[in-house]
Amino acid sequence: MVKELKAEVKKLNFYYGRVQALKEINLPIERRKVSALIGPSGCGKTTFLRCFNRMHDLYPHNRYEGEIILHPDNVNIISPQMDPIEVRMQISMVFQKPNPFPKSIYENVAYGLRVRGVSKREVLDEKVEKSLRGAVLWDEVKDRLNHLAFDLSGGQQQRLCIARALATNPRILLFDEPTSALDPTATLKIEELIVELKNEVTIIIVTHNMQQAARVSDYTAFMYLGEIVEYDKTDRIFTAPSNKLTEEYITGRFG
Amino acid sequence: MKRKLTRKIKEGAIETILFLSALSSVFITISIVVVLSYESFGFFKEVPLIEFLTGREWTPLFAEPKFGILPLISGTLLITSIALIVALPLGLTAAVYLSEYAPHRLKEIIKPILELLAAVPTVVYGYFALLFLTPILQKFIPDLSGFNALSPGIIMGIMIIPYVSSVSEDAMRAVPMHIREGSYAMGATKLQTAFKVVIPSAFSGIAAAFIIGISRAIGETMVVAIAAGGMPNLTANPLEPVQTLTAYIVAVSLGDVPHGTIEYKTIFAAGMTLFLMTLVFNIIGFWLRKRIREAY
Amino acid sequence: MEDIKKRIRITKFLDYIFAIVGLLSTLVGLALLFTLMTDLFMDGFPRLGYKFFASFPSRFPDEAGILSAWVGSFLVLLVTASAAIPIGVAAGIYLEEYAGKNWLTNIIEINIANLAGVPSIVYGLLALVVFVYFFKFGESILTGGLALALLILPMVIMATREAIRAIPNSIREASYALGATKWQTVQFHIIPYSTGGILTGIIIGLSRAIGETAPIITVGALTFIAFLPSSPFSSEFPFISFKWLFDPFTVMPIQMFNWVSRPQHEFQLNAAAAGIVLMMMTLLMNGFAIYIRYRFRKKIKW
Repeated sequence: MVKELKAEVKKLNFYYGRVQALKEINLPIERRKVSALIGPSGCGKTTFLRCFNRMHDLYPHNRYEGEIILHPDNVNIISPQMDPIEVRMQISMVFQKPNPFPKSIYENVAYGLRVRGVSKREVLDEKVEKSLRGAVLWDEVKDRLNHLAFDLSGGQQQRLCIARALATNPRILLFDEPTSALDPTATLKIEELIVELKNEVTIIIVTHNMQQAARVSDYTAFMYLGEIVEYDKTDRIFTAPSNKLTEEYITGRFG
Repeated sequence: MKRKLTRKIKEGAIETILFLSALSSVFITISIVVVLSYESFGFFKEVPLIEFLTGREWTPLFAEPKFGILPLISGTLLITSIALIVALPLGLTAAVYLSEYAPHRLKEIIKPILELLAAVPTVVYGYFALLFLTPILQKFIPDLSGFNALSPGIIMGIMIIPYVSSVSEDAMRAVPMHIREGSYAMGATKLQTAFKVVIPSAFSGIAAAFIIGISRAIGETMVVAIAAGGMPNLTANPLEPVQTLTAYIVAVSLGDVPHGTIEYKTIFAAGMTLFLMTLVFNIIGFWLRKRIREAY
Repeated sequence: MEDIKKRIRITKFLDYIFAIVGLLSTLVGLALLFTLMTDLFMDGFPRLGYKFFASFPSRFPDEAGILSAWVGSFLVLLVTASAAIPIGVAAGIYLEEYAGKNWLTNIIEINIANLAGVPSIVYGLLALVVFVYFFKFGESILTGGLALALLILPMVIMATREAIRAIPNSIREASYALGATKWQTVQFHIIPYSTGGILTGIIIGLSRAIGETAPIITVGALTFIAFLPSSPFSSEFPFISFKWLFDPFTVMPIQMFNWVSRPQHEFQLNAAAAGIVLMMMTLLMNGFAIYIRYRFRKKIKW
């Protein structure tokens, strides 16, 4: 199989004001694979993830340097000329804590489409059903689409957020520790879903749970102090890491 | 041993004093209810409740007095409506701007100044409505009489903007950032996020802010007493002079009304009506605000 | 993609428009405040002189002044402060530090929230019956001051509670761990650390009281007073007299109201001048409150 790149990170530096949070990051993102970012707390993995959809633009004094090239268009999504809204319309995100909107289940999923100006009922109905099926939530909620999203359990809420993110056919789907607020059963469901989803979309996932990275990802990058220490196929990282720091981390000696 | 005892007594005494102070507020409410009920009761012994509630004329000081409260209620509601038409959109827009758009520095400066609007003595606003705004309005609306509902209504609206905006803004600020991020991550703009996500999330708080604004407007006195004229007038025309419940009480108090007469009792009947109207809004507002605190 | 790009342009344009509309809405109030001040100053400034502060009201607008009004306002405020501050602060302390979570506390809380929303004129009616007729204080400074104390009591209580709530629990635990009693904890920790917030609330409450007109009119303050209340000092033992508490009075906002209501333009100029003084008093008090909040916030950081 020929490797195909969905995105390429080149010499990325990121600053919160004067503090440099990411240093000289280079990383390929393989198309329709799951890439995991692991590392101890504060290593910059979430900061890195949030560069992909320009979340840092929401807050003042944040600054990017370098490039994240999105293929096949070959555009640098962190260049100042690039509109962050345009980036976010192509790259969706699922957050650490389920964050449904105070709206019905249906409207939560339809939100991204509405933001894009879609208002035809048939189109919305179809997309909502497809996305909810994609997030393996359809059977549980099909009879109560107009119920408030808060009525769902935590795991269901997170799958709803995944459905919301899928509804707009994103090119990349970002997951920021999507199971850290969930119980083991709900976690398992989300993990199975992630493995399922990579057939359709490129996925980047941040996790502090190494077993999770091992279970769901094809590639893993180990980050430490804002740098990528090691990047490789997941089974290699977990069986034969080439860097001593990586080895210490995955064997649980620090982090 | 003895020291322990005196300490216990002292602690107990202090707690009792503090408790009584807290209880005094309940006592004030009870006194309000008792005083208003007692004096209104005297009023209703002489005027049937039916006449009070359905009569269309309010002329208690005339030789042939009429005691229909409707003109005062309509005056109150007319001016309150005008005030709300001004205050709600401006207050909510200002709250959205301050909570979602304004740079932190600007917000720190604007907020306290905006609060000053609520600190200006209402008699000054009355002066402004009568001697500044009415003459200006008369240039555009020739039919406008010197005393009218429109001018004090508008001024009162601006006066209550801070009540509406600051409670709304607090409610919007209480919406957790990760809910907003969820919206931004879908490619939404600030405007879409504010109106489709933040406002619905902060709904109870914004409703509470509106209720507080309404309650303020109903109870406001001096602007109306100065600029609306002193004529009870059953009308919905903002260009005519009207009298509100509060302005009526002021008008009677300014004269020398002997204790115990029917004129004296009318101000308590009007006061009771006013108290009940605001009470309903205050309770709804309290309940709504409690709900936001529990929501997150 | 072109569709999406067009869509983004539209939504961003709307976003931009709203940012402007929002800023303007926020500024409307400020613009009005500015216009109001300018208008007052243009009309009233020429009247502001020593004579204006030192004269009694008069039938002749040029000779009329605000001596009895500002003295009255000051004395009424003195009564208001002495009644509302101790009771309000004590009630706030009780509710935050002592009260358990039970139905009575709940009732007190709902009740205070409700009191804060009661129209000021209703307090005037209460004071008229209770203080003027029941306790027979008459239409006096004492009655006026107590009426305003009722009005600002909920504000003082709420400010006290908010200030106390900002103190982290670890402080209380540290004090108890050293063997302090509840009152000692309150006396040596809670009150000193919340002074800034409480003071801010008190000053804002008093600044509201100084501008209040309606309840004072209801209790029957006179609009035309050409004498001062009795002196608080007397030549005989015990040298301090409280006779002034029972004297008739007028206050600044009533004086202004009286002048506004007159048809002659000259009196309206006096009203503007009184308005300037009144505005300055409230603005100064509010400014002082903001300063105190700022200073204490800087000093104590949890």
